[in-house]
Amino acid sequence: MKLLKSLVAASALALATWPSLPQAQAQTPSTLRIGLQEDPDMLDPHKARTFVGRIVFMGLCDRLLDITPELKLVPRLATSWEFSSDGLTLTMKLRSDAKFHDGEPFNAEAAKANLERAMTLPESLRKSELSSVASVEAPDPATLVLKLKRPDATLLSQLTDRAGMMLAPKSLSGDVAAKPICSGPYKFVERVQNDRIVLEKFKEHWEADKYGFDRIVYRAIPDTTVRLANLRAGELDMLERLAPTDVKSAKADTALKVMSIANLGYQGITINTNNGDAAKQPMGQDKRVRQALSLAIDRKVLSQVVFEGLYEPMNQPFNPGNFYLSSDFPVPERDVAKAKALLKEAGQPKVTAELFVTNNPVETQVGQVIQAMAQEAGIDVQLRATEFASQLRDQQQGKFQMSRIGWSGRIDPDGNIHPFVTTGGGQNDGKYSNPEVDRLLNEARTIYDPAERKKRYDAAQKLLQDELPIVYLYNQTVFFALRKNIEGFVINPDGLIRLAGLKRS
Amino acid sequence: MATLILRRILIAIPTLFLVSLFVFALQRALPGDPFLVLAGEERDPETIARLREIYRMNDPVFVQFFAWLGQVIQGDFGRSLRTGEPVLGLILQKLPVTLQLAVASMLVAVAIGIPIGILAARRKGTVADYSASAIALSGLSIPNFWLGIMLILLVSVHLKWLPASGYESIFVDPKAAIERLIMPAFVLGNGLAAFLMRHTRSAMLEVLRSDYVRTARAKGLDEDTVVHRHALRNALVPIITLMTLLFGELLAGAVLTEQVFTIPGFGKLIVDAVFNRDYGVVQGVVLCTAIGFILMNLLADILYVVVNPRLRAA
Repeated sequence: MKLLKSLVAASALALATWPSLPQAQAQTPSTLRIGLQEDPDMLDPHKARTFVGRIVFMGLCDRLLDITPELKLVPRLATSWEFSSDGLTLTMKLRSDAKFHDGEPFNAEAAKANLERAMTLPESLRKSELSSVASVEAPDPATLVLKLKRPDATLLSQLTDRAGMMLAPKSLSGDVAAKPICSGPYKFVERVQNDRIVLEKFKEHWEADKYGFDRIVYRAIPDTTVRLANLRAGELDMLERLAPTDVKSAKADTALKVMSIANLGYQGITINTNNGDAAKQPMGQDKRVRQALSLAIDRKVLSQVVFEGLYEPMNQPFNPGNFYLSSDFPVPERDVAKAKALLKEAGQPKVTAELFVTNNPVETQVGQVIQAMAQEAGIDVQLRATEFASQLRDQQQGKFQMSRIGWSGRIDPDGNIHPFVTTGGGQNDGKYSNPEVDRLLNEARTIYDPAERKKRYDAAQKLLQDELPIVYLYNQTVFFALRKNIEGFVINPDGLIRLAGLKRS
Repeated sequence: MATLILRRILIAIPTLFLVSLFVFALQRALPGDPFLVLAGEERDPETIARLREIYRMNDPVFVQFFAWLGQVIQGDFGRSLRTGEPVLGLILQKLPVTLQLAVASMLVAVAIGIPIGILAARRKGTVADYSASAIALSGLSIPNFWLGIMLILLVSVHLKWLPASGYESIFVDPKAAIERLIMPAFVLGNGLAAFLMRHTRSAMLEVLRSDYVRTARAKGLDEDTVVHRHALRNALVPIITLMTLLFGELLAGAVLTEQVFTIPGFGKLIVDAVFNRDYGVVQGVVLCTAIGFILMNLLADILYVVVNPRLRAA
């Protein structure tokens, strides 16, 4: 009992005499603390698969190219690039002043070794991104030549991300993920799984003067409320993926600022038109029924009800503002009368169809709103909420009629459309097939001139908007929240955090 | 004593085996195809096939289980599929974090629960007794998660007294460690304090009614001595049992508390592993937790004997 008494007394005393804490332990001014939604997976750009991993790589690893918020390609390690007239050779000029964190110089040999590792390593997840590359050559230290199997308009955009990241050649044979050695503006210090990743400024980086912080700490805080609370308490300087439901309260906090931009992807309903028996019902067989469904949904109201109006309605696979959007297809207004007429014309005034939704509160709500809207037009949507892994499996096996699913988006338009609607496409779970769409989209990915490419996408969209294998609904806006004193953040639709220019005022 | 310990260890072996088997089977029974998710958004068939190979998914389930068991017996818990780190290393890295939290929470629980329990027993039927019950009831009914977020908002966001999250080892930086421990230990300890308080109260009441306490009072001892020196020692026997059992509650509570306060401990490790379908990590963590439970029960048995010498003969 004496022990207890002294314990209580001691803790009371400790509490009373404790100095005012956060001030006492405030971070040094040159550490930037970033809150991530998940803990990244392997820190090896060739093996990594998570989005948050890409955020960390932005500080750690330099890439051959980069993109601007307008999706324009800009030089990084490659200073210039051009395709040969037959489109089968890509020649890149490389920087001569870039170095790896271990002191090795960056040159064409190093780039060749990296690209070859990405293409051949058994565990590489970059193989499909570089599938058009036949061989890589390094005729001199400043020249990198990629020989292609076929013209590939998507290749440059791949080189802006993990496929174009460069690891120190000497580190390639070791355990890269344990201690990645890249050539980015920050070098790896430590990682505590499920907690934090710490980077430190690489003073010999060719652009070191543009990076204002000495250290970067990425902290994984999955719960959105907790992540925001940490930002408000000053434990973080910025966070990615602020939840739409928290936007209002974050904006109301005078110590914070909120930045947002449309992301690269889309959210929609994938319809099984051709995959097994589940496709053999009016929703799968008759495009007029799908058109009726699309017309029955008020995309604006859907966004207002579920996402406080913060997500932009869309009806094409490309994000709002994208160059490849077709002006022929503005987001349609809801038209229940027309939807009913279409159903009548199809001889199906009452249609029943099952919609898979992921079993979380937000997705279930999206499903319920769609259900209520479709009901008014005469489409009885039956919701089936399952865990994401089950939804994916059933979808891939064709055991679905409709599935509420989206895509995080790619820089190149091809990534948002080709795998989903071409015959045999890796993501074409409804097995939609139209030879003309195949031809147009296959052609589009081999054309380097954007204007020429756009013509193909516009033509393909004309068919797709009529047949609707995917009903696009809305774009997921990316929200970042930052402390007011953090300046220079350039928000990009890819949702990544580029550290150049960031500073504390 | 030695035979007691030996017998308990022998009994533990089949228990651990069954726990491992159960968790293994449960993980395999989870719906859906985790490899589709693990392979990333592109769902490259080649990647999926390779992942299945790594997990020996093409073998029958019992072959998978015994292959895993064989490795564990040799001290190899495998690697985390998500980050490639060895599972044993992860466990050893996270265990001290949660132990620190658990010990701090237990201290909080004891510091609140036992004194209030004694007070309630001594003042049975008074306002003090009823207020103690009210405190206990609220401690039991307030969810950890909610209380944690409220505390963060109040103490960290508004008052700016304590950091909102994170972890520091008490041996590395005691001040930073205690700052980061106060809120989570209070959240976790508060619920346990309610348990302890109620049990202390009833155990105390029982003992205070017994003959020897009456004798002690009759000898003219003052009430403090009667309660603290004579009654408490006997009342503590069931409380110690309870504390060791509550240690399990602590680990379970740590799962939520660590999420709220972003403490990179055992609870967070297992939740993240389950969500990421990191089979090897889940399996290893569960096995270690089971071993921990068994050790705590053993400790309880030993402590009985220490506290109550009459049990030594048994």
